Amino acid sequence: MSTENSSITPKRESLFSKKNRKLLYDPLGDSNPITIQVLGICSALAITVQLQQAVIMSLSVLFVMISANLLVSLLRNLIPDRIRIIVQLVIIAALVIIVDEVLKAYQPDISEKLSVFVGLIITNCIIMGRLEAFALANKPAPSVLDAIGNGMGYAWVLLVVSFVREIFGSGAISLPGMGQVKFLPQDWFISSGGLYENNNLMILPPMALVVVGVIIWIQRSRNEALIED
Amino acid sequence: MAINKNGTGYTFLFSIVMVVLVGTALAYTSLSLKPLQKKNAADKKMVDILGAIGVTTTRENAETDFPLYAKERLSIDSEGNVLNSATGKVDHSDSSDPFNLDVKKDYRSKKPASELSFPLYICEKDEKNVYVIPVVGSGLWGPIWGFVALDSDMSTIYGAKFDHKQETPGLGAEIKDNFFSDKFKGQKLREASPYFTIIKGGRETDIHSVDGITGGTITSVGVGEMIDRTIYIYKPYFESVTNSSEQ
Repeated sequence: MSTENSSITPKRESLFSKKNRKLLYDPLGDSNPITIQVLGICSALAITVQLQQAVIMSLSVLFVMISANLLVSLLRNLIPDRIRIIVQLVIIAALVIIVDEVLKAYQPDISEKLSVFVGLIITNCIIMGRLEAFALANKPAPSVLDAIGNGMGYAWVLLVVSFVREIFGSGAISLPGMGQVKFLPQDWFISSGGLYENNNLMILPPMALVVVGVIIWIQRSRNEALIED
Repeated sequence: MAINKNGTGYTFLFSIVMVVLVGTALAYTSLSLKPLQKKNAADKKMVDILGAIGVTTTRENAETDFPLYAKERLSIDSEGNVLNSATGKVDHSDSSDPFNLDVKKDYRSKKPASELSFPLYICEKDEKNVYVIPVVGSGLWGPIWGFVALDSDMSTIYGAKFDHKQETPGLGAEIKDNFFSDKFKGQKLREASPYFTIIKGGRETDIHSVDGITGGTITSVGVGEMIDRTIYIYKPYFESVTNSSEQ
């Protein structure tokens, strides 16, 4: 795990210096939390049946990650070493509970579908990992960039997987506030005399694993340095 | 004065301050969002009650659709006496409105049935009365609940709708899917307990039972148990209604 310590840099660096940009872009590709580090897989598999669930889940994780990284980074000189894991956990748990309550109040249907997985953000290894490996040793600004980078790295995989699964599994696309939009005409389906049928396997959990696998495959065949022996 | 970041005193002080701050923030969030969440829960309950009698509606329309079908809401005691009744639009602030009885809370309280009152929704569908009974029980990981609608003869199941808090996705969680609840339609209750059973896979089902969910045995058993226990409580009321209509 690369722990860069920016506090030893003598001169003040700009927010979008090369190093900081790296924090933002690396997790999108070559150190993606899902496809390279294989963290946060549980939720990535479970809630990618519909695009709208993935959107809400990604936003929730982004919010929790950015706030947690920022808070831990601000408190990094105050947190006693012996209880730092507990402190991180309390911060994450509190943020997740807030997200859960807000979803229950404003997005009840999606909150129901995400059910336990919102609560499970607490145990999402990506968040805890970034707090421990990065925010504890870095200033607030780079920590926020790191959180955005990793959060987006998680989000795009989720969005791609759920897009593929929903389009082939339900023949539709759903976005929060829009509901599910079916764009294939009903008479294309076998049930009404057509030739097309939704692939039910796509909705089932194993296909999430396969789709993530395909993403990993494409990524590693494009950049062979990522292949481990 | 330099503070020893790793001293015991400092560690304790830090924890105490942290807990107080986090606690306050969470309590504030919870309290300020409570009214909206309550409204959502009530809407969902109406959607589910209508779902049990085969009417599909949405959260947004629940408030207006509900009174169209649910003609009367009763609360009864365990001896079958009617305690309260209400009609028309649901009044969420009126605690005597049977709609506001919290059966989940009553179930958790473990009080004997004689101390509790039970809601019953009399709905009108296809020009006959359908009786919707809320059921609550325990699944594998947490509470399960639902609504069972009985036909006007009070022994044929007209429809059912189940839900759960945290059953295993893909297994026990499927009790909320229509493929499961549709099996209940047209089944009949027995004359005596067990009024209805959920059967573990492979064995023959009859008119008094349905096939449980494979891999969700404990959840399925929970569904059977909650129906059986609840019907037992409502039985005296149903008998009194049948007797009075025969006279």
